[in-house]
Amino acid sequence: MTILSDAQYFRTDPVSGMRFHKPAAALTKANAVAAVVFLLIGGFFGLLVALTRWPAVHLLPADQFYLALTAHGVDALLVWIIFFEVAVMYFCASTLLGSRIATPKMGWFAFWLMIIGAVMANVVVLQGKATVMMTSYPPMTASPWFYLGLIIFAVGALIACFIFMGTLVVAKEEKTYEGSIPLVVFGALTACVIAIFTIVSGAIILLPTYLWSVGLISHIDPLMYRIMWWAMGHSSQQINVVTHISLWYFVAALLFGAKPMSEKVSRVAFLLYILFLQLGSVHHELVDPGLSSAWKIFNTSYAMYLAVLASMIHGLTVPGSIEVAQRRQGLNKGLFEWFRKAPWGNPVFSGTILSLVLFGFIGGVTGVVMSVEQINLIIHNTVYLPGHFHGTVVGGTTLAFMAITYWLIPTLFQREVIMKPLAAIQPYLFGGGLAGFGLAMMGAGTLGVPRRHWDMSFAGQPLAHDWPGLAYLLMTITEISAMVMVVGGVIYILVTVGSILFGKKIPENARPWPRVPDADTVGGHKEIGLGGFEAPGTFIFAMIFFATLVLYYFINWKYLATVWPLT
Amino acid sequence: MPTSYTPPSERLWWNEPIERTEILWIVIAFAWCLFMFYYMIAWHWTGKQNLANEAYKITPEAYGKKVQAMVEQYTVRKETEQNIPVVRPPAGSDVYLAGSLWQWRPLLELEKGKSYRLHVSSLDWMHGFSLQPENINLQVLPGYEMVITVTPNKTGTNTVMCNEYCGIGHHTMLGKIYVK
Repeated sequence: MTILSDAQYFRTDPVSGMRFHKPAAALTKANAVAAVVFLLIGGFFGLLVALTRWPAVHLLPADQFYLALTAHGVDALLVWIIFFEVAVMYFCASTLLGSRIATPKMGWFAFWLMIIGAVMANVVVLQGKATVMMTSYPPMTASPWFYLGLIIFAVGALIACFIFMGTLVVAKEEKTYEGSIPLVVFGALTACVIAIFTIVSGAIILLPTYLWSVGLISHIDPLMYRIMWWAMGHSSQQINVVTHISLWYFVAALLFGAKPMSEKVSRVAFLLYILFLQLGSVHHELVDPGLSSAWKIFNTSYAMYLAVLASMIHGLTVPGSIEVAQRRQGLNKGLFEWFRKAPWGNPVFSGTILSLVLFGFIGGVTGVVMSVEQINLIIHNTVYLPGHFHGTVVGGTTLAFMAITYWLIPTLFQREVIMKPLAAIQPYLFGGGLAGFGLAMMGAGTLGVPRRHWDMSFAGQPLAHDWPGLAYLLMTITEISAMVMVVGGVIYILVTVGSILFGKKIPENARPWPRVPDADTVGGHKEIGLGGFEAPGTFIFAMIFFATLVLYYFINWKYLATVWPLT
Repeated sequence: MPTSYTPPSERLWWNEPIERTEILWIVIAFAWCLFMFYYMIAWHWTGKQNLANEAYKITPEAYGKKVQAMVEQYTVRKETEQNIPVVRPPAGSDVYLAGSLWQWRPLLELEKGKSYRLHVSSLDWMHGFSLQPENINLQVLPGYEMVITVTPNKTGTNTVMCNEYCGIGHHTMLGKIYVK
């Protein structure tokens, strides 16, 4: 194959200066647009769920509530996120390495497979033939088309993973870059490796479940199902984590010219994810029968909290690299000048930094605490759970994806962002809503309110349980916060779709964005930081996080110690 | 122009020294990780809330019979219009609780400060045992009989609810454990 480098296949983006391979850009766009469409659908079902769990509103009847909750899980957790991740993978492999994409036709094949699978699963759910929640635990059965839809979607995603890897091979062969792959691409590769593990686990359990649903297999063991299903279900959330962390590094470099504080540390942290993150699947089985404590402890702690260690490292190094870059460029006064003078009105920045904070303080702290073998007893399957994973998946992943969209619109889609003032407040609305949503659900869950539940008041039940008024208040705050998120989500979709359809086209000879001076080459500020620390401000933030985690960890142990002794 | 999205400037990037902020944070974080790991193990000796992980494979029919035998032996009264049996088993004995679409049966009456071997299983689909307001939560699978030894330490009425989605009547799946 000849090296295709002429203008027919490549364009140099006028504003960012990056080189886009046109077939890769087309694929990236298609996947990103599909992602946003499914975010709209998934978000709409999320709105219905929120309006039903809001005690004073209680919108939907029970059957429609469970249907909407199933659709919300499938669309918002799987389809939106995986489509966007495929877009990120194609972008990283082709644009960041300056390479052509491997086998673009297969890319389109994968895209349509994913579309067909996603539509199939949605149609079956909307017909009411698969109101089984995203987890579809047997012996509860869904229509075979539901499992088949998920399998077809996953096959498409698997092909996309191999195209990503193929593109890495092409780039290396054709020497489009020198030395090691960039850190951001290394992160994307980590996500890809985990994605392959995830999809293979999914195949191992969904294929037999499909055969069972059509009557070819007589029995699916429910415990085995849970272990294998969560090897997919939990790991798929780890793909999100790795992808949005890669985007944090990317945005830090785009906006501040930042480079990793240490290539070695950041890459080893990614490597720890590959080695240990998948063990976390057991977080879902800590109070299941038939598993030993030794097995649970080893797995739930990712061997020895080695994946937690990795996340804590990224949590420091991303803002740390921003701090170092800002200080090198002259914002070197005191502890926080670099932070105060960050571009808070730029949604690419604000969305990214909020993603980092929400992922750490809500998703991360709760995740560490509730995955303790014994503490899980007081948390398992309460609304604390959705409180936690909306912190990781919505606060962390979705918000990071929203933030990068504001950069992709002018570069990948070559359109000017419309309604800029709305876009500037969007991350604050969405992130602020998420914070209230997550914290209130953590509270309600600590009081024991169950998840996936239509009526916490148990109206008309002779054995009804009386919740304290605080539980109702917290659920109300939860859903009011959800409405704030919905407003943020609607603005995101309006701005994105509006810009792509009606935004001013950016001509090929447009004036480039002023280049962010590369932090390393700016002279005159060789000595940065305070007291021998290059990033002292970030270190203070890290200590605040650490204190929060330690305090909250012991509060939960203290609470656990008050419940009935049990062995 | 070395940044996070371009190849590292130093080809031998793994030989570069690590900056002090990072080193210190890694040491603190790793020490905390080790602490959490060993604390979880230590709680098996120092704490009173641990799962024994005692479990048996059993068919739903066989489990249903065990529940029925206990109900026949120890029922002390019936409650509600549906005449749901309330069982008061002797302290220290084996107590059988069954989840099914959509109820937790029988209702139980236990004594504060006494220990019971509580068996929990499902007669059909997956369920979630959620004891409130005590807040003890267990996953309940058909075909698996889980045994935990509980010692109620407060008197009062606890509701057993289901917190694993089990179909259209999931939110009506209730039971009670009274502690006298």
